[in-house]
Order: sequence, then structure tokens, then C-alpha cells
Amino acid sequence: MTGTEAWFDDPLVRPYAVTGGRTRSRTIGLDLITLVVAMRTPAEVGDLEPECTRILQACQNPISVVEVAARVDLPLQVVKVLLSDLITQRLVIFRSAESASELPSQHVLQAVLDGIRNL
Amino acid sequence: MASGISDQRGLAAAVKVVVAGGFGVGKTTMVGSVSEVPPLRTEELITEASSGVDDLAGVETKRTTTVALDFGRITINPELILYLFGTPGQDRFWFMWDELARGALGAVVLADTRKLDSCFPAVDFFERRGLPFVVGVNCFDDAFRYGTEEVRGALDLDEHVPVLLCDARDRDSTKLVLITLLQHVMARTRLAGTPG
Repeated sequence: MTGTEAWFDDPLVRPYAVTGGRTRSRTIGLDLITLVVAMRTPAEVGDLEPECTRILQACQNPISVVEVAARVDLPLQVVKVLLSDLITQRLVIFRSAESASELPSQHVLQAVLDGIRNL
Repeated sequence: MASGISDQRGLAAAVKVVVAGGFGVGKTTMVGSVSEVPPLRTEELITEASSGVDDLAGVETKRTTTVALDFGRITINPELILYLFGTPGQDRFWFMWDELARGALGAVVLADTRKLDSCFPAVDFFERRGLPFVVGVNCFDDAFRYGTEEVRGALDLDEHVPVLLCDARDRDSTKLVLITLLQHVMARTRLAGTPG
């Protein structure tokens, strides 16, 4: 993959074109591991942009923001912006990660420890 | 009707652990050895000024590059998912480390004794942020086997930071590294006097 072929790696639509040029302005605090789930199916909603349709499809079951990005193969920040739109439209709901400012509780740590031991 | 999101659709909670270290040290291999899915990859777009060009010169002087982020997932129980994130290998993507480290339970610094200095930046970063970490010395086949205390000395680690030898390809070995990390985090959290 060198030289003249390389440009095929670039998306045919500039990434931020699908977000209307918005970047970090409105992502309602979505984190890498914020969990999201769709409240509707793309078929129920109808007139969505193709990228939003793919995102909505990807989160029919609970899934993290970073997994959505991997699955629809769009940059993380683009997915955050589009997910924020879907959340604002009440098509998707989210649950934030454990508060970043607090130390994790012993309860959560013990559960993770037990889970790893049982792998 | 405005019931909590978690009640409504069984939305679990998520936590994360960061796996850091130099380029090619085996971070993604370690993530893959315990992940329930093959390591996933996502990309973050970065706009950076071309080197040596004045920022005021305009948008033409900036170019967009991508940073790949590899991660894996372990479903701990129906209410809790653990994500393992490998840090981007290149030092210039520090701002990605900030987002990765924010809210993380702790970190694994993966060290390669053939190039120990490549994990200095990771050790520095987690020490400065106060994020608990353990050092896993990845035992490459052709590497001279140093003792953990020699590695501790070379990295100038505090006495309380666990150092252990590991094989990033081996599931049980990676499990032991993560168990050691969790025990270390729990001991620190207890010391900090947080309510259980």
C-alpha cells in the first residue's frame, strides 16, 4: 500500500462533513466507555443520515461509545458528536462511566477482581 | 416514567484499565490474551500543525492524522464490563493518554528489558497523575532475564509499586498481572480511607 494507492485509505467524505463541521462543542460528556443503547430501530425512525443509521443499528444492544466507533469504522470524535445528536433526539440513552473524579468503590474493585480470577 | 436508565434496559456499568508501554512491547497482545473479543481498533482524528510552520499561517498548514486505539472487553458480570485499553505507542499523542487515564481503575506498564527506557514516559505519567499501576516485565524469548528488583531499580520505582515478570501472550500470566493490579488498587483505596 504505497504511493498512488494511498489515497484510497482516506474516507470519500471528509470526516467532519457528516457532523456539519462540529467537533468538540457538543458531546454532552460522552466518554470512551460511556454505555449507550438505542430506544428505536433505524426502521422506526426513517429519515436519518446514513452514518446515524449505522450508529443506531450498532447500539441496538448496550454498547460502549468506543465500541460503536470501532464497529461503524468512524473516528471516535465524529461518533461522539453524532451520538450526542441521537441522544438529544431521545433515540439513544446513555449511562456515564463511574464518576472520574471519585476513587472506585471497594465493591466495584472486588467484583472486577473476582471476575478476572474466574476467567 | 422517568425511571433510571440502568433499570430500564439493563444498562451495565463500565470500568477500564490502561495498558501502557513503549512501541512494540506487546500491549495489544496482552489485551488480546484476556479479551472476550479479538482486540478492537478505533481511530481518533488529530489535527496537528505541520512542523516548523507558524500557527497563524492558516488552515492549509495543518494536517489531519489518525491515532489508532486498540482495546478489549471482559464482561465481569451482567452489571459490569471491564475495558482494557492499549495506549498509542507514540509519545506525541499524550492528550489521548489523558482521556484513557481519566477514571481508570489503574494501569499496567508493560516493560521490555531490551529497551527499558521506552516505558519511562508511562511510569512518569502515572506517577504524576497518581494513578495506581503495576509493572509487568514482558519476557521476550531472546531477552536477558532480569530480576524484578533490578527492573525496579532501573525504573526508580517506589517500594510499593508491584513488579512482576509476565508473558503478554499467555492468558494466565495476564490474569495474574491484572489480579496484582486490582489488589494493589484495593490496598491503596483502603489506605485512602474511602468508604467501601
